[in-house]
Amino acid sequence: MIPVATTLRAAQAQRRSTTEPPVVRRLLIGVALAFLSLFLFMPLISVFLQAFAKGLGFYFTTITDPMAWSAIKLTCIASGIAVPLNCVFGVCAAWTIAKFDFRGKNILLTLIDLPFSVSPVISGLIYVLVFGAQGWLGLYLRADHPWLPWLANWLNDHDIKIIFAVPGIVLATIFVTFPFVARELIPLMQAQGRTEEEAARVLGANGWQTFWRVTLPNIKWGLLYGVILCTARAVGEFGAVSVVSGKIRGQTNTVPLHIEALYDDYNFTGAFAVASLLALLALVTLGLKTWIEHVAVEK
Amino acid sequence: MAPTNKRTKRIRVLPGFKLTLGFTLFYLGLIVIIPLSAVFWETSSLSWHDFWHTITMPIALASYRLTFGASFLAAVVNAVFGFIVAWVLVRYHFFGKKLVDALVDLPFALPTAVAGITLATLYSKAGWIGQWLEPLGIKVANTQIGVFVALTFIGLPFIVRTVQPILEDLDPELEEAAASLGANRWQIFWRVILPMVMPALLTGFALAFARALGEYGSVIFIAGNIPLKTQITPVVIMGELDMFDYAKATAIAEVMLVTSFAMLLSVNVLQWWANRHNTTSLA
Repeated sequence: MIPVATTLRAAQAQRRSTTEPPVVRRLLIGVALAFLSLFLFMPLISVFLQAFAKGLGFYFTTITDPMAWSAIKLTCIASGIAVPLNCVFGVCAAWTIAKFDFRGKNILLTLIDLPFSVSPVISGLIYVLVFGAQGWLGLYLRADHPWLPWLANWLNDHDIKIIFAVPGIVLATIFVTFPFVARELIPLMQAQGRTEEEAARVLGANGWQTFWRVTLPNIKWGLLYGVILCTARAVGEFGAVSVVSGKIRGQTNTVPLHIEALYDDYNFTGAFAVASLLALLALVTLGLKTWIEHVAVEK
Repeated sequence: MAPTNKRTKRIRVLPGFKLTLGFTLFYLGLIVIIPLSAVFWETSSLSWHDFWHTITMPIALASYRLTFGASFLAAVVNAVFGFIVAWVLVRYHFFGKKLVDALVDLPFALPTAVAGITLATLYSKAGWIGQWLEPLGIKVANTQIGVFVALTFIGLPFIVRTVQPILEDLDPELEEAAASLGANRWQIFWRVILPMVMPALLTGFALAFARALGEYGSVIFIAGNIPLKTQITPVVIMGELDMFDYAKATAIAEVMLVTSFAMLLSVNVLQWWANRHNTTSLA
């Protein structure tokens, strides 16, 4: 009889040492949920409640306002250019890094990640320094004997503006979303190795066929994941875009800048109405992200 | 033999190396390297004395103190609570766990301007949280505490998402072994679990800290941007830009850039250390 009691007590001691008592568990769950409520759930709920504070009518008037529409259009243009370009770049960079060996690969990896560690305000500032009226482009246009005189003349004649105009906004958006697709695809393609592509080549497929039929199906979930994160950031970018946009209402305001403009006008409900669109998009992003992770785990 | 050799070589090497490397370097140079080098070019037009004078202006010094202090404090708070959140998500079961797990990434997905106006409203005098803090004499909006609150919000997912996978992979046999050798739960946590998670926790801390240093959108609405008091460094840069003083703005930007490159380097070293640490401890 004694051995049974000893084993029981040993088992109890074992359980006490490998899990926490229920009180501690509940306490920890409580602390975690309280912290998350304060910093995540309350802000999220408050966006939607504030948006409808003046009723549905006000909400729809605000989001169908011409200024709001022009901001939505500009955000779509900037994201519509930045995301596909960074997508092509991401695939190219991942192909180079994962499928070939060359010197300086680690330096290239670090450089690709660089835009993530640059403050959004500085991301905008660098384009002002290059393309602004006082920047390199301004110097070039005012030079007495510029290189490629026809280019300088053409730019002057057509009054091409980059800063405080749409091209600057597009460039800043490209910069801040630069690494998203690449950093999703590089580890994925490195883990997959090159044997499948080599097999396809041995069986007679050409380069494009190998890419479309072998590589792309293998990386499609990673690519989609990267595109979703890239789009979310492109649509929501604020700091970089606010430096280069000049904030001309109806012309160079993106959706986040339009929210700021409404907020600065003390039109808080209006600001939250437009913000609720972006918050909804953030929720859709999180939903898609969770779904892709789920699908990827099942595969 | 020569043709066969040529053929095997052609088959073994996948196509597109020159094309993809060429495009990668071209695009990287055009979008990232050349514009970033403009910062160093622009400040080279300043004399050393002017440069030093600009980056040590009282308004700049106050902003470094606030930016570093609030970022550090926010990262510390996130390290503690983020660890608890990761722990709870990995080890326990509770209602709505999957939803909570998905929502942890909200600060990544929510545009910073939206986060900014929301936090400013919540913590204002009449806001949901502000109205409870006001009678206690705690003012958050338009104070340095506001900066800290915004930076805590944006840093939250970094710790959870770096610690969570390590906790999931932790071998339960290690804890059982420690228990069978007579360690109690508290000793196991401090001596077995925490040392294993520490590299990930430090990496998450460094990532959250680095992100907070450059943050702009979520901070400006709640901070009030009072010079010498609640202006973070990006706001100081923005102020100089609004006055078209590009040299000053760029000099301060260079301080921030060098700092964040140093942070990036230390994160890489930390991650390398974490990988080495994990392989040796599991071997």
